[in-house]
Amino acid sequence: MSWAFLCDLLSGVNKYSTGIGRIWVAVVFMFRLLVYVAAAENIWKHEHDEFECNIKQPGCENACFDHFFPVSYIRLWALQLIMVSTPSLLVVFHVAYRENREKHHHQKLYKNPGKIDGGLLYTYLISLILKTGLEIVFLVLFYKLYDGFKIPRLVKCDIKPCPNTVDCYISKPTEKMIFLYFLVATSCLCIVLNLGELSYLVFKYSIKYYLKRHVKKQQ
Amino acid sequence: MDWGALHTILGGVNKHSTSIGKIWLTVLFIFRIMILVVAAEKVWGDEQDDFVCNTLQPGCRNVCYDHFFPISHIRLWALQLIFVSTPALLVAMHVAYRRHEKKRQFRKGDQKCDFKDIEEIRKQRFRIEGSLWWTYTSSIFFRLIFEAVFMYAFYFMYDGFRMPRLMKCSAWPCPNTVDCFVSRPTEKTVFTIFMIAVSSICILLNVAELCYLLTKFFLRRSKKAGNSKQQPNHENKEETKQNEMNDLISDSCQNTVIGFSS
Repeated sequence: MSWAFLCDLLSGVNKYSTGIGRIWVAVVFMFRLLVYVAAAENIWKHEHDEFECNIKQPGCENACFDHFFPVSYIRLWALQLIMVSTPSLLVVFHVAYRENREKHHHQKLYKNPGKIDGGLLYTYLISLILKTGLEIVFLVLFYKLYDGFKIPRLVKCDIKPCPNTVDCYISKPTEKMIFLYFLVATSCLCIVLNLGELSYLVFKYSIKYYLKRHVKKQQ
Repeated sequence: MDWGALHTILGGVNKHSTSIGKIWLTVLFIFRIMILVVAAEKVWGDEQDDFVCNTLQPGCRNVCYDHFFPISHIRLWALQLIFVSTPALLVAMHVAYRRHEKKRQFRKGDQKCDFKDIEEIRKQRFRIEGSLWWTYTSSIFFRLIFEAVFMYAFYFMYDGFRMPRLMKCSAWPCPNTVDCFVSRPTEKTVFTIFMIAVSSICILLNVAELCYLLTKFFLRRSKKAGNSKQQPNHENKEETKQNEMNDLISDSCQNTVIGFSS
């Protein structure tokens, strides 16, 4: 089980997406997954070993690291990628349910089971809202857990068993900050794409609905 | 998801590229991505562990390393390769959109559509003309810009392309000016120069491809202007046949040399 599994899932979703949805999948693949695997993972690989405190007291470094990094950035990033990709599965499940129904009744119930209309439209809209919501939740979590989007070079720590306030140095803070900003920028881009897709679908189907009503009234 | 997945995505675009585009893709995968993964990552693998400063002051090494290497060479190359590969996705999306339109025409039973079945539409190779020409040319233009920006960023951040053996550091908490030694500076310099050289080759290939496309565009326009005054149909058919033959010849040469399956 690795990121390839997520890739296969998202490629499956691509079939039932709108144009903007496909751009979203491309952004997630290229600028988030690939950057994570090819670059970001290695930066945070030895973060604990390279975290250094100006003290010889055993256990002080461990306690300070744990205090300042309750959940590592890289794990939060991975969780974010997984959570944000999962709502798209709702659409896949709904299409599979439609196809199953057709098989069960041995007749063509839908013109095209993968076309976004009727119940599938609502599923698609819900998946978009969930995706956007989860992105925002993770961004807020990043902000709250780490006091803004900055990574300082030096943190002062006085957690037991450190005898007094001790200077602790984080490794590669500038590089980590660059990739953190990259993460925030791509998250915001994905939020914009999701909101754009939501507005487009709501607008398109409202117009269709009003036109149908107008034609019916005329008749 | 890794560089192999990128290869699968870009391999699909390969079919619709010009010959120079196919050479660019080969250079990208063999001389940049493969070298990065197989060799360069190992050279930079122990960079912070083996970065040694002549002091026992805790934290001095961390701070000096961060001061001299705001972003590691290897990460900058990875970002450069990702950004430089992304414009090709524009072409892939445009081709997918055209295929989708053709499939829709075919399903409606349009008589203009001269394909026998969906499989033929899927395997069709689109010629670079019309709106696809504009998408393709913009993608090359963006590639050029990204390459140039990253090369400049490298030069600016590291003051040239040479990795020094010794760096003098006086950032706090280092007590005074301290000597810090970089691990494997010569090997890193060699790989940096290699990657810069291959970047430059890629830039030249992109410029050549851009010139080729522009030349083709202007030639086609002048031929159309000339033909509209004379007999149109017969000469156009001859020209398209010749173009198709040229494309097939370049395709088969590329396939035997590169062995890419798209």
